[in-house]
Amino acid sequence: MIDQNELRIEMVQLLDENGNGEEETLQSFSDDLLLTLYQWMRKARVIDERLLKMQRQGRIGTYAPFSGQEAAQIGSVLALDKEDWLFPSYREIAACLAHGMPLTQIFHYVRGHVLGGKTPDGLNIFPIQIIIGAQTLHATGCAWATKLKGERHVSVCYFGDGATSEGDFHEALNFAAVYQVPVIFFCQNNHYAISVPIQKQTASRTIAQKALAYGMKGVLVDGNDVLAVYKTTKEAVQMAREGKGPVLIEALTYRLGPHTTSDDPTKYRSEEEVERWKRTKDPLHRLRKLLEKRNIWTDAQEEAWVAQVNDEVTKAYEEAASVEAPSLADIFRYVYDEPSPLLYEQQQEVIRRNRVKEGK
Amino acid sequence: MAEMTMIQAIHDAMRQEMERDERVIVLGEDVGKNGGVFRATDGLFEQFGEARVFDTPLAESGIIGTSIGLAANGFRPIAEIQFLGFVYQAMDQLAAQAARLRFRSAGRFTCPLVVRSPYGGGVRTPELHSDALEGLFAHSPGLKIVMPSNAYDAKGLFISAIRDEDPVLFLEPMKLYRAFRMEVPEEPYEIPLGKARVVKEGEDVTIISWGASVPLAAKIAEEMKGKVDIEVIDLRSLQPLDWDTIYSSVSKTGRVMIVHEAVKTNGFGAEIAALIGERALFSLSAPIVRITGYDTPYPVPSVEDDWLPNAARMIEGVQMLMRY
Repeated sequence: MIDQNELRIEMVQLLDENGNGEEETLQSFSDDLLLTLYQWMRKARVIDERLLKMQRQGRIGTYAPFSGQEAAQIGSVLALDKEDWLFPSYREIAACLAHGMPLTQIFHYVRGHVLGGKTPDGLNIFPIQIIIGAQTLHATGCAWATKLKGERHVSVCYFGDGATSEGDFHEALNFAAVYQVPVIFFCQNNHYAISVPIQKQTASRTIAQKALAYGMKGVLVDGNDVLAVYKTTKEAVQMAREGKGPVLIEALTYRLGPHTTSDDPTKYRSEEEVERWKRTKDPLHRLRKLLEKRNIWTDAQEEAWVAQVNDEVTKAYEEAASVEAPSLADIFRYVYDEPSPLLYEQQQEVIRRNRVKEGK
Repeated sequence: MAEMTMIQAIHDAMRQEMERDERVIVLGEDVGKNGGVFRATDGLFEQFGEARVFDTPLAESGIIGTSIGLAANGFRPIAEIQFLGFVYQAMDQLAAQAARLRFRSAGRFTCPLVVRSPYGGGVRTPELHSDALEGLFAHSPGLKIVMPSNAYDAKGLFISAIRDEDPVLFLEPMKLYRAFRMEVPEEPYEIPLGKARVVKEGEDVTIISWGASVPLAAKIAEEMKGKVDIEVIDLRSLQPLDWDTIYSSVSKTGRVMIVHEAVKTNGFGAEIAALIGERALFSLSAPIVRITGYDTPYPVPSVEDDWLPNAARMIEGVQMLMRY
């Protein structure tokens, strides 16, 4: 009889909470790479805080903040090639940005513009998924296509701990392993699916171990250690690219903010718990400590960087806000390649109403 | 020309499109070595190999969901749902994901996918094998719904469906799979989606139907010839819908009977009746009659013949119309 308690699952961690780690391992990360990782994480944090504020000001719609999960998202995305495919859920704004999504496009999304879900051409990012776990199957199918075409791209699918309870998660991992397709399932286990804690989501000790049941590789990584996430994802991507099949990565992390701007997390988790994660496990702090030890980042640089990002956010917002307001008539263009006669009639009705509204 | 059954015509369409376009692939349960439980994909695995024809794990949501990823990344999958009653398991992937991909990405990603599935009653199946569920999907913008009633239409419509840029639900009346043979051209041809067919012209009553019920409607029209001159319209596709053909027939006859196997309330017949009410009310000389499945779950075989639209119910419906 197999017992999960006999499984030995170790969490990959390269950088501890104080910015320490094995010297040789840390040396394998160049100054440039460390700076890129840090700057992206800092940038993501600033953007997240600004978006949260803008939501409170009524300038954007409902928003799902990701603060606390920067290492998981930035570390994994920067381990990819630009042509690789991303399948994000609504909490992966940082991953989308770091993969090349323009910030103005994010603003179109959170401001509810008709073109908000339109990834710019040349960028392989699927529209942000709302249905929990539905994108796991799309990622598997996309990676399957890649394999059939003989291309070398991988598909990376993001989801949370809650998604692992969905049937689609099971079907996606099963298909992916049966067909040995180059897909990485990247689970950000942030301990809560809105209010439901991981202990009520699954009786598995880890999510990573679920991989075994599908005959694929699984790995548990400290999701707040950007170096561990980067290295683990690189290795998984390498394997997938070489045709060695899919990998399930569980990144253990924590959402410091609410589920969305409509959520009150004090109802389901203690202030102490949040403080503990903030104080001791913030993914930015520990990398910052390493940068300081290497003398490659100063307070002045940090200040300048934050100011620069703030500027970028303001500019992107203004650019997005200056784009012409969408018209309801536009949405009819995206239902089918060609609208049916009856749908066309409905569009014409909307156009006529718009003319009346505009006094034309 | 060759004499073909509907299942042969569908098979022919798949094989020819796979020969023409290497992006066309087939996936589903038992579609490979077994050739499908109805033999629709018979021989495709042998001809095109395991890189084009896939026996998938037994998971409907997985079949549709992975097909979306395949379609968005350059393929034109033909996904089989073994029986339409099993499609509930893939409801989100079909109605919320495949249907909306173009819309939610504002045209950046598309889903040229054909989901084919046998449906329909009268063949003594176990539970949930016979249900006509087209109404569920006609309520999901972004999907096209095609329901052929004979071999010739099946081939041409299927080829159009494969070449279409949007997801198409192709529903095959299993009772008609081998019910009769007809002349079907050997070369590939398209029948455009959204064009109804006037099966038989008539002056007194219009019967509007699709899929499994069409041959029955044609038979009734034939039987009542001399007494009532019935026009029979086969919609062939519900989405897009050919309103013009409905309108010109209703304008002529003024009497309408809608026949479908799906349950009555909120069935697609209700939509057609509403359209006629909105746009052709004053052409009517009698109330609209609907002959459909009753508002119960699809019943067990011992009573299904009475549940389905049948000759007795349809003749009564025509007689009712002719009292006006």
